[in-house]
Amino acid sequence: MAKQKGITVEGVVVEALPNAMFRVELDNGHKVLAHISGKMRMHYIKILPGDRVTVEVSPYDWSRGRITYRYK
Amino acid sequence: MIAIRRPDEIERIRESGRIVAGALDLASTLIRPGIATDVLDGEIEAYTRDSGGTPEFKGFQGYPASICTSINEQVVHGIPGATILEDGDIVGVDVGVRKGGYVADGARTFPVGAVSADRTRLMEVTRRSLDAAVEAVRQGVRLSDVSHVIQEIVEEAGFSVVRELAGHGVGTALHEPPEIPNFGEPGFGPVLKAGMVLAIEPMVNAGVAAVATKPDGWTVVTADGMPSAHFEHTIAVTMNGADVLTTPSG
Repeated sequence: MAKQKGITVEGVVVEALPNAMFRVELDNGHKVLAHISGKMRMHYIKILPGDRVTVEVSPYDWSRGRITYRYK
Repeated sequence: MIAIRRPDEIERIRESGRIVAGALDLASTLIRPGIATDVLDGEIEAYTRDSGGTPEFKGFQGYPASICTSINEQVVHGIPGATILEDGDIVGVDVGVRKGGYVADGARTFPVGAVSADRTRLMEVTRRSLDAAVEAVRQGVRLSDVSHVIQEIVEEAGFSVVRELAGHGVGTALHEPPEIPNFGEPGFGPVLKAGMVLAIEPMVNAGVAAVATKPDGWTVVTADGMPSAHFEHTIAVTMNGADVLTTPSG
């Protein structure tokens, strides 16, 4: 049985939540609760509602993800 | 951390691998137009238990059956059911067996009746990419060297490699580190050492690489509906090669 890898998808941030959490609406219509990757925090990359981002969604819980890239 | 297995552990995995290979041989004798996939599931489960093993997939993260049967555009993880195999289909059968605490995992794609030349070539190329990957394994090579071999053969043939799914380490659990993608530049990833046990499994699509998961949460299908093939062996890395553990003679 093959192992599911983390799936990367793109979406748009719809809401900023406390603790660097964001609600992101994915291009496929799903909404996920996503946190910022540690590397993005280290580089103080700010994310605002409306930003287009890349999200890694866990194959085990499709409602959670981590933001790995913010498009300019 | 990739586990290094002792020789006696590898022999136990081989024992499970023999059952996997036997189950796949059994599948090859059963598969014909008109058979339902849940009949295959039942027969293989019975064979597995008679051989002293348990089907490792059953209950794995809630998986409902003993084997995976993936027909045509289904890449992997198709759930056996009332679906009847038809002449011209190709069906991937994936089997995982645990015996004496150790797991082996293997898969083959079979033709049902008379299959088109395109589909036959898809299966042949997938099989060949697995054989070449196994051939590439030995102590000292890097993991992505193995992944690269698969990608090269597949893409040279004009097919594409699924990105979202990967092979994996196997041993006391079905999925252990590392993840083994079927694509990538050579020269990356961990250096293989004798005693590592890996399940290498190219999943090859005739059309685009993109896949989607069905609402059942398991069945992975190609995005364009074109057929897909899947072959898998569990192997142990040795000093000068790979020891294939999912073979009938062992």
